[in-house]
Amino acid sequence: MTLVTSPDAVDKFSSAYEKFTVEKATSPNWVKKLREQAWSTFSEIGIPTKRRGNELWKYTNLQPLTALDFYAGHSGSVTTARIKNSAPWDDDWHTLVVVDGKFSSELSRINDIDGLQLISLNEAIETETDDLKSLLATLAGKEEYAFSALNTAFLDDGAYVSVAEGVKIEQPIHVVHVTSESVESRAVYPRLLVDARAGSSIVLIETHLNIATTSQFSAPVVEIFQGESSSLRHYRVQMENEISFHLGTTRVSQQSDTDFTSTSFAVGAQIARNDIHSLLDAPGASCTLHGLYMTNGVQHQDQEISTTHAKPGGTSDQFYKGILSGKSQAVFSGKVIVMRDAQKSDASQKDLNLLLSRGAEVDAKPSLEIYADDITASHGATAGHVDRDTLFYLQSRGVDEESAKAILVRGFAEEMLNEFEPTALYDFVERVTDERIPVLLSESDTIGTA
Amino acid sequence: MTNQNTISRESDLSGGEYKWGFVTDIETDLAPKGLNEDIVRLISAKKEEPAWLLDWRLRAYKHWSELEQGQGEPQWAMIDYPGVDFQDIYYYAAPKGTSEAPKSLDEVDPEMLDTFEKLGIPLQERAALAGVAVDAVFDSVSVATTMEKQLSELGIIFCSFSEAVKNYPDLVQKYLGSVVPHSDNFYAALNSAVFSDGSFAYIPPGVKCPIELMTYFRINTEGSGQFERTLIVADKGSYVSYLEGCTAPFRKTSQLHAAVVELVALDDAEIKYSTIQNWFPGTKDGEGGVYNFVTKRGRADKNSKISWTQVETGSAITWKYPSVILRGDNSVGEFFSVALANNHQQADTGTKMIHIGKNTKSTIVSKGISAGQGNNTYRGQVQIMPGAENAVNHTQCDSLLVGDKCGAHTVPYIEVRNPTARLEHEASTSKVSDDQLFYLMARGLSEEEAHHMIITGWSRDVIKELPFEFALEASQLLKVSLEGAVG
Repeated sequence: MTLVTSPDAVDKFSSAYEKFTVEKATSPNWVKKLREQAWSTFSEIGIPTKRRGNELWKYTNLQPLTALDFYAGHSGSVTTARIKNSAPWDDDWHTLVVVDGKFSSELSRINDIDGLQLISLNEAIETETDDLKSLLATLAGKEEYAFSALNTAFLDDGAYVSVAEGVKIEQPIHVVHVTSESVESRAVYPRLLVDARAGSSIVLIETHLNIATTSQFSAPVVEIFQGESSSLRHYRVQMENEISFHLGTTRVSQQSDTDFTSTSFAVGAQIARNDIHSLLDAPGASCTLHGLYMTNGVQHQDQEISTTHAKPGGTSDQFYKGILSGKSQAVFSGKVIVMRDAQKSDASQKDLNLLLSRGAEVDAKPSLEIYADDITASHGATAGHVDRDTLFYLQSRGVDEESAKAILVRGFAEEMLNEFEPTALYDFVERVTDERIPVLLSESDTIGTA
Repeated sequence: MTNQNTISRESDLSGGEYKWGFVTDIETDLAPKGLNEDIVRLISAKKEEPAWLLDWRLRAYKHWSELEQGQGEPQWAMIDYPGVDFQDIYYYAAPKGTSEAPKSLDEVDPEMLDTFEKLGIPLQERAALAGVAVDAVFDSVSVATTMEKQLSELGIIFCSFSEAVKNYPDLVQKYLGSVVPHSDNFYAALNSAVFSDGSFAYIPPGVKCPIELMTYFRINTEGSGQFERTLIVADKGSYVSYLEGCTAPFRKTSQLHAAVVELVALDDAEIKYSTIQNWFPGTKDGEGGVYNFVTKRGRADKNSKISWTQVETGSAITWKYPSVILRGDNSVGEFFSVALANNHQQADTGTKMIHIGKNTKSTIVSKGISAGQGNNTYRGQVQIMPGAENAVNHTQCDSLLVGDKCGAHTVPYIEVRNPTARLEHEASTSKVSDDQLFYLMARGLSEEEAHHMIITGWSRDVIKELPFEFALEASQLLKVSLEGAVG
């Protein structure tokens, strides 16, 4: 693949990087080395462009991002009340708050439980060198991917979740990444590392919240390591403001008989990309990646979803639903790779879209790459408006057109909303959806598909 | 300048493999190897072409050389090959003695007729019996066109491309490059610069072509490339069914085939284009074989219909995406494909359906079979443009894996820019079901027979779209091509 380096885009970050390395001169050597390697990767590839042949960025144009200048750093003040107001919240949850990439112990609410360690990444780096050293940036950082490299180059702090062998935690662990208010546009690099040991079981909620009124750039990286027979229920809520950029990377490594189930809810940002890759690295692993995205105005949502079956007997399921209005654009790029050794794998992939207006665009690329024969794989994709006949049916029962449409759109989303099990989380995504649907419909200019 | 090239017949052909691997021992008129502006001029001069066509070729050559010096060959397909040395290819190879086209079948070299006999092409009387009009392209020159007279009574023009350039220059000039411009892609540019012959068909308004038109392509000369160009124009309200078949001799060096096919369906017209591609796939160990880089595209005007059906069993590499530009309201595009990759074959094939007009409709059914160490990729694009009100697409692509060393890939691109469009895509990948195999084998079929029966049944949705004689051949081809893949 040819990626084109735009020297400008690299230059935008290079002075910040130099300043950062001076500030962090006392970091442990192995961390400094990670940063250096990542910076050299990033300076080689730069911010990707849409250029022909750059398959990964065919439908997502980052020009608006490269046009802006971003300052590194963190500033504004954040209160618990402010977070509660705009993010899912439950007092019983274990909550870790990371503001502009820096762990905030004042805002975090950590309950003491045996076998569960919830600390700042910095603290983990200082105290737990050997365990952490073998994991940090091994999934995201060394790969040739611009934004995980950029995050790793500015690796500073973040959150660290470690669950001991066999420990099952009932209450969800909520990691809130907040971008604070600032007059300047800043680049923030939130980072989360999850080490879920064999036989453990947790529920992890990851919220990306942006309370700034200005344009911000966030490039979060999440690395999840799952030991044998562990189970991890993951939720991702992306609530950036509509003039910001969110380029997230999630990398999961699954050992044998693990279960990773993830549901994402994405409504924010001007340009957002949720790049998630799960590696089924041992037999019998199961991976579910689901999500709902809603876009309006000139928003752009890109779901880059991939699963690699490296060993036999794995199961994977990718299922995304999108609702688009205004002049927005959504991209679903799903990929399933079944490697030669991964016999008896089962993979399915689906992307369904509701297109509510002229000017909205959906680009779906559900692809399968199969090198083993004793497997089953299927995929499907659809795009269309609400069905006119169904609309007519509702109207003939006395429901006015707008309400009928709202019912159908809500019905389309329902299936995904129902996956958000923790009550406070469900209530939150439901509230956001119900607030968003009238906005989507106000930008809708067509009746439906015949 | 000319070069007498006589080739002895390969004798080490083992039975049950490629049955069309014979070499015809005839004298060939060859231009020197390599490509430069002089070769383009030479080809044009040999064919006594008008100045506009030479200009067009030179523009294409200029574009191609820029591409070659720039990014080179396209790299995005899932195919792996050592690359092509474009200076090590004969760009013009004509059977000697045909520098003047034969006036009748009697003038055709008997040995060549014998070749076609072996291929089973119904030339001569058999042509009439089978109701097929054949234009046979041997290396790059069209050698015989049958039933031209019967067709001309209806006003149908069916002749070699070179004849069309001489006799119907206005039609050729109007439509050549109108669907696949010379700058379309690397191989289309190459073809536009050096194409030496091909077929041309024109169906006048309101005429339903009563017989199936057919072209048979064959690469004979070692180290030669074949660059044929086909142009079919169906005028308003007309109908034509067109068949294309291809073979090449058994050779250990690879041969390049870069064809361009342009279809023009004017208002209310219908074109049905069927292909059986059986170019030499290379040996079991992956030596030789045809590199098939083909650009095929149709333009569908108001209420018209273009239907592509292909059975791809040959070629070491297939890179081919027959497409339809649905620019007229209510136009229909169809793509039915069975592609098989056995041994070391690699196929990256699919279609593009570009919906521009209102109420346009497209259907895609693709069946990919991978066996041995073959790799088969479906790559398709469905584009719904903002003006395509109520456009409908349905895509189904299924892959079957035979053996644990092959690969089956599916890469669809779906781009929707109109909310009234309805689009559905579904795909599946699996191996032949053990239960089905067991059932058939319990009834006395051998494993191989059982596989063949299941695969034929599985491909039926596509095979049934083929004209009758072709359907039979296609089924046989699948059987022969799969030999050795099971057990």
